[in-house]
Amino acid sequence: MPPSMTLIFSRRAVLAGSAAIGVFPDPSPANARTEESPTQSLDVTFEVNGRTHTLHLDPRTTLLDALREHLLLAGTKKGCDHGQCGACTVIVDGRRINSCLSLAVMHEGDRITTIEGLGDPDHLHPMQAAFIQHDGYQCGYCTPGQICSAVAVLDEIRSGIPSHVTKDLLAPMEHSGLEMRERMSGNICRCGAYSNIAEAMAEVAGAQP
Amino acid sequence: MKAFTYERARTPHEAVTALARTPGARIIAGGTNLLDLMKLQIETPDHLIDIGRIGLDTIDDTPDGGLRIGALVRNTDLAADMRVRRHYGVLSRALLAGASGQLRNKATTSGNLLQRTRCPYFYDPNQPCNKRQPGAGCAAIGGVSRQLGIIGTSEACIATHPSDMAVAMRLLDATVETINVRGQSRHISIADFHRLPGKTPHIETSLHSDELITSLTLPPPVGGHHFYRKVRDRASYAFALVSVAAILQKDGTGRVAVGGIAPKPWRIEAAESEMPKGSEAVAARLLADASPTPANAFKVPLVERTLAAVIQEAKAS
Repeated sequence: MPPSMTLIFSRRAVLAGSAAIGVFPDPSPANARTEESPTQSLDVTFEVNGRTHTLHLDPRTTLLDALREHLLLAGTKKGCDHGQCGACTVIVDGRRINSCLSLAVMHEGDRITTIEGLGDPDHLHPMQAAFIQHDGYQCGYCTPGQICSAVAVLDEIRSGIPSHVTKDLLAPMEHSGLEMRERMSGNICRCGAYSNIAEAMAEVAGAQP
Repeated sequence: MKAFTYERARTPHEAVTALARTPGARIIAGGTNLLDLMKLQIETPDHLIDIGRIGLDTIDDTPDGGLRIGALVRNTDLAADMRVRRHYGVLSRALLAGASGQLRNKATTSGNLLQRTRCPYFYDPNQPCNKRQPGAGCAAIGGVSRQLGIIGTSEACIATHPSDMAVAMRLLDATVETINVRGQSRHISIADFHRLPGKTPHIETSLHSDELITSLTLPPPVGGHHFYRKVRDRASYAFALVSVAAILQKDGTGRVAVGGIAPKPWRIEAAESEMPKGSEAVAARLLADASPTPANAFKVPLVERTLAAVIQEAKAS
């Protein structure tokens, strides 16, 4: 596919154009880069929290940025933006992934669940309620990722997916504290709420048949 | 990220056709390593060919009793497959010791093999790196090298291949199958798949630029007791300092491959004949040509001790 010659109407161009009336041009190199060459723009359609959306995107847009900047679902957080911290964890077709390490255009037809889709203040998901009950956060920045990951972890255990600490690969999986901790190692919490997160997960796991 | 164009292939043939047609094109599957590097402008493809929807995502029995693993099978699904858990336990164990749950859900079998051999200096564009810019020099040599390679390295590069899965694949004698746009298929032994750096550390595998990996095939199971022991600075979600993959038989024979120490999974079949003599004899043969830095010389005894622990565990069970 040749690059489309259609110029994207960039934020930098808008800001630069407005500079005469006192708006500072955005100096960020990320935006400078978008002007280096004209780029392609693509449509992608996926379902987020039960609603179908079609977005027109620069292919560089990560799933994380599509959710936050285009769909204004800011619950999913950008931490490291390199798949190391887990703050951007969302559930795609039932599996948790780092939304920062995935291009939005790769998700055509996918079903995506973010923290906003798990529950809201009036109808909390059991995991959200357990995090509140057990004080499973301090600053809260990693929390949406932790909760999405925790919900998916319990599904993984239920569906018999083993982990690094599973003693017997052929035996049924356990909801042990050790299993929860190992499976949650892709979610970093700088405040160190780990033990309370593990307690919240244990409560939800215990409540499930 | 540098600007790129994107297309979604529908079949393996479409993917290799696009690859042959488009200069500067790269294949993207799970994307967990490629996108990470693209964000840092270490990888700067002009065009991405998404192979996420081309199939090749099943694990099939082979007529001789082995398994053919599609290139696009996710790491989670491969580790969880009951045939793999039952007959190739070392592969499940290695996969589960790698990365995080989120990454394993995206990472694919072929992508795991093709992740870049790397070190922190490769990730830092302000440092010279012969992989990023051939001829630039290597900042890791003489730099912080505790995590880096002790054998198979060169004066141009001391980075390690970080895959756990590849170590198990090497132990299991997997074969990589590829296709190209002319319909030619190639079978590459896993032993020959990753290249040592020599003077060209930017060339990491024997895959041709027009080839697409379609599957990895495992020969029939060899039985025995399977181990993957990974030693690292934290208990989870960290690269190995040293990892030992082993299949040990009741009669004291076995096979061993080591990760975390070299630019490729490190296995020397001749060392395995020393198995009845114990870990010291095996490790001495495996690491006879080791040239560690002062900072990572600890890996030499660590390989021996990790293997000793594995052998002891086998005897106790």
